[in-house]
Amino acid sequence: MAEEKKLFKVTIDNIPVEVEPGTTILNAARMIGGDVVPPAMCYYSKLQGSGGKCRTCLVKVSKGSDADPRPMPKLVASCRTTVMDGMEVANITSPEVLDARKGVVEFLLLNHPLDCPVCDQAGECDLQDLSYEHGVSSTRYEFKRRTFDKIDIGDHIKLHMTRCILCYRCVFTADQLTNKREHGILGRGDASEISTYIKNSLDNDFIGNVIDVCPVGALTDRTARFKNRVWFLKPVDAHCTCDKCSGKAVLWMRGDEIFRVTARKDKYGEVEEFICDTCRFERKDAKDWVIEGPRKVSRHSVISQGHYVGTRKPQETIARVMDGRAPKLLMDIHSVSEVNMPAVDLSKIDGPAHSNDFPKNNGAQ
Amino acid sequence: MQTLTNRAQQVDRRPMTFWEKLYLPAIAKGMGITLSHIFSKKATVNYPEETRPFSPVFRGLHVLNRDEEGRERCTACGLCAVACPAEAITMEAAERKEGEEHLYREEKYAARYEINMLRCIFCGFCEEACPKQAIYMTETFAPANYQRKGFIYGKDDLLIPDPKHPVTVNKKEQ
Repeated sequence: MAEEKKLFKVTIDNIPVEVEPGTTILNAARMIGGDVVPPAMCYYSKLQGSGGKCRTCLVKVSKGSDADPRPMPKLVASCRTTVMDGMEVANITSPEVLDARKGVVEFLLLNHPLDCPVCDQAGECDLQDLSYEHGVSSTRYEFKRRTFDKIDIGDHIKLHMTRCILCYRCVFTADQLTNKREHGILGRGDASEISTYIKNSLDNDFIGNVIDVCPVGALTDRTARFKNRVWFLKPVDAHCTCDKCSGKAVLWMRGDEIFRVTARKDKYGEVEEFICDTCRFERKDAKDWVIEGPRKVSRHSVISQGHYVGTRKPQETIARVMDGRAPKLLMDIHSVSEVNMPAVDLSKIDGPAHSNDFPKNNGAQ
Repeated sequence: MQTLTNRAQQVDRRPMTFWEKLYLPAIAKGMGITLSHIFSKKATVNYPEETRPFSPVFRGLHVLNRDEEGRERCTACGLCAVACPAEAITMEAAERKEGEEHLYREEKYAARYEINMLRCIFCGFCEEACPKQAIYMTETFAPANYQRKGFIYGKDDLLIPDPKHPVTVNKKEQ
């Protein structure tokens, strides 16, 4: 007999919500949405077993349940704690939580190199957002930060272990999405690092998704490495016919050039549909894609800069007034500028551009 | 009528006296004021020979700085370009190869860096945004030019000469 499922009533920051038993506090907060959602660096709703590593989603449970109204003795990780009936949770209303989160951010940034000017993730980095919102602007750490060498994982992925916060998301992705996992975490404690076994390159079709899953710039796309900052590119929704994946992706474009292809992400920065490596790394031609339209970017994001919406181009009057003749005074910027030269197609270069990819003063001035 | 301020003065509309009608004393008084200016301090300077001291916060032409070892500081992070309200700054980044460590400070550098001086409004936001202390505004003006293309300043124009390798001095100035 189908029994009516009993819903649990939870109050998060004095906002009541009814959720199914077994839901975590984090997911209950996401049902409410808005400011009460705790930030999460390691939890990923699409990956089983993720969460519980980074401690940024700590919340205070001020009342355990209706049956046992005692508060929980310590702050709990909301991504791992399931709700009880009548539970009362404080997130942003509790100064204790905000203080603890500040401490967590400080710990996450202990070994982080803070090389955002160089890092390709800057502008869409979860750690940047988190430290901007919850962190302090200075560090008290005086010792040497741990450093690792940069490694190429496969042809297309670059691993900056120095930037890693050990969230295990990429390990879960490789485990659950691809056929065989060849990378994991080696070592313990301070020495633990993401690595491939005996530098095996990860040759399977969906491994590129570890780039999107990575909350920091530890795993980045080598085909788009240093090509352009994310906020100078224009994200557009596009799809293609692909036999391996759904083909729904976001193209990061400058003019007609496709600098980077990523999966579509929802408002929690989680990938909606994983895309395959062919779409991600090899389809860099605008002809391969059907463009649906510009992607909505939050206006608080730096990526929205320079993306003017609803602009109307003024009518070109000079040609009309001068009987169709073009004005002689206007300067074609490409005749002078060396940036974005029509002869150099940065997006077609396989890896990052080097000094020999830029022709020296080829009669431009 | 109620006045708006207490500084309003009544206009004197009485007929002029004989002394005022004479006109010449007023001329002499006016010439006195004019001649006194000959001996007072001049408000102008003879510009090319003499220059006025700039204010310490003057925002003039940009330079790209080098570090103490002569390496370029700019890493093409794009913060100057995103801060620029006139959208005058454009750049293209490249990865430093092995053997180029003496040229560039970080693993990423600006292979192309251009400021369109026709667009620049000299607000100084780029200088403020720079996390690497790479771009600075100097106490010079952008020189005049007859053609627009002379105002697109590339890296050869902006980069300060390398103190350690004086061979790479700005070619255009030579």
